[in-house]
Amino acid sequence: MKRLIITFIVYILTINLAFAGADGVNNLSKKNGEVRDCFESVNRATFAFNQGLDNAIFEPLAKGYRKLPNPIKRGTSNVLSNLSNLVTIPNNVLQGDFKTAGINTARLAVNTTIGIFGIFDAASQMGFVKNYKKEDYGQTLGSWGVGEGCYLVLPILGPSTVRDLSGSLTNLLGGDPWYNVTVRNDTQYFKDSDYYISRGGDGINFRAKNIESFDNLEKNSMDFYASVRSLYIQDRRKKILNSNNITETQDDSDWDELQSN
Amino acid sequence: MLKEKIKLFIICISLIIISKNSFSIEPNIFVQSTVNRASQILSNDIPKIEKIEKLKVIAKDTVDIKGIGFYTLGKYRKELTDAQKDQYNELFQAYFLKSFSSRLAEYTNPKIDVQSQDKLNENYTIVSSILVATETRPEVKIQWRIYTKNPEKPMIRDLIIEGLSLARTQKEEFSSIIQSSDGDIEVLFSSLKKFINN
Repeated sequence: MKRLIITFIVYILTINLAFAGADGVNNLSKKNGEVRDCFESVNRATFAFNQGLDNAIFEPLAKGYRKLPNPIKRGTSNVLSNLSNLVTIPNNVLQGDFKTAGINTARLAVNTTIGIFGIFDAASQMGFVKNYKKEDYGQTLGSWGVGEGCYLVLPILGPSTVRDLSGSLTNLLGGDPWYNVTVRNDTQYFKDSDYYISRGGDGINFRAKNIESFDNLEKNSMDFYASVRSLYIQDRRKKILNSNNITETQDDSDWDELQSN
Repeated sequence: MLKEKIKLFIICISLIIISKNSFSIEPNIFVQSTVNRASQILSNDIPKIEKIEKLKVIAKDTVDIKGIGFYTLGKYRKELTDAQKDQYNELFQAYFLKSFSSRLAEYTNPKIDVQSQDKLNENYTIVSSILVATETRPEVKIQWRIYTKNPEKPMIRDLIIEGLSLARTQKEEFSSIIQSSDGDIEVLFSSLKKFINN
């Protein structure tokens, strides 16, 4: 109960900060708006700490994971993707995208049963839409017009914003059914560790897919922190708009101004 | 005599129009031919250093390095003196070629298929392509911002990989460096020199 109250207070505070960051205007309308890095020195310190952890733990684990046979990697990735539906579906609904919520619910049902707990992506083979897109509460807040607020770097978890952190806290407040049945409620079927292993697995899976990209970016950046910040913010804006259309996700005004050749 | 002159005039005008049209290059064809050139070099069995030098030649020919350089300076480009602009152009070109070619040289025989193009206005067309998946890497969507002000000589101004703009990332990186030194552009110049000489 105490944990719930603390989480709720933090949630309300961060939501207020995020709205304050929006200045009453949907930040997405200011597509080219500069990132507000209100806690830059703390963020940079946390970023350096995370990099140390990455070098010592996550990158070696990701490299090891990569050596596993392809069917195991694919199966792990499918299980994690299937689990993420539990957060995606309520967010599809909250964003008013009922059609996708229906498709994702069907995907979850098919993959959990026929696909044996999501190991096999049976739904895609049965002709469901293959291009599954994860949604989270941070994206939902963004689609409702909540500004991203200040940029944050969280220990271990990495880049975030005040809005996205608020979204993550929603998971702990009951918004993530997987968290509810593993950690929050004492069910006899799952243990707390099931949740933490799945979250850790998600991180390793992501890191393993991006080993070369990260190395390349680090090697060719003069300010790696700023590059990661830029990529994170661009990625979140793109995901919130659910668009691949560059004219929607990128501001063209600066290019239009530039005529030299 | 006047008739002859009019005839000659019409022929000249027609030739100019025909030649102008015949030399304009479609952005999607330009991108496909550029990636084919690069792929050929990357798949060659030659030392990496030689690949890098050849890739630099392609980059100089097909990328608007000066334009990207000014874009990445953002609001600061208006504050530069002419001498600083010249110095920046020189530094940025060296930085870009080093960074770009070393990134690209990591790939061996990448297969890129151009799929479509979307003309934004007279100056810009976005060409969409995919980097075909391999056993170790999933398919990657790559979009190219092509500057078409001179249709006979289209130039690449940005690469947008899975929706993330490289030019924009570069711009925010430079902006961070300049801001951290209270707007002193010389600090960016020093960082560029350090990177180039590293």
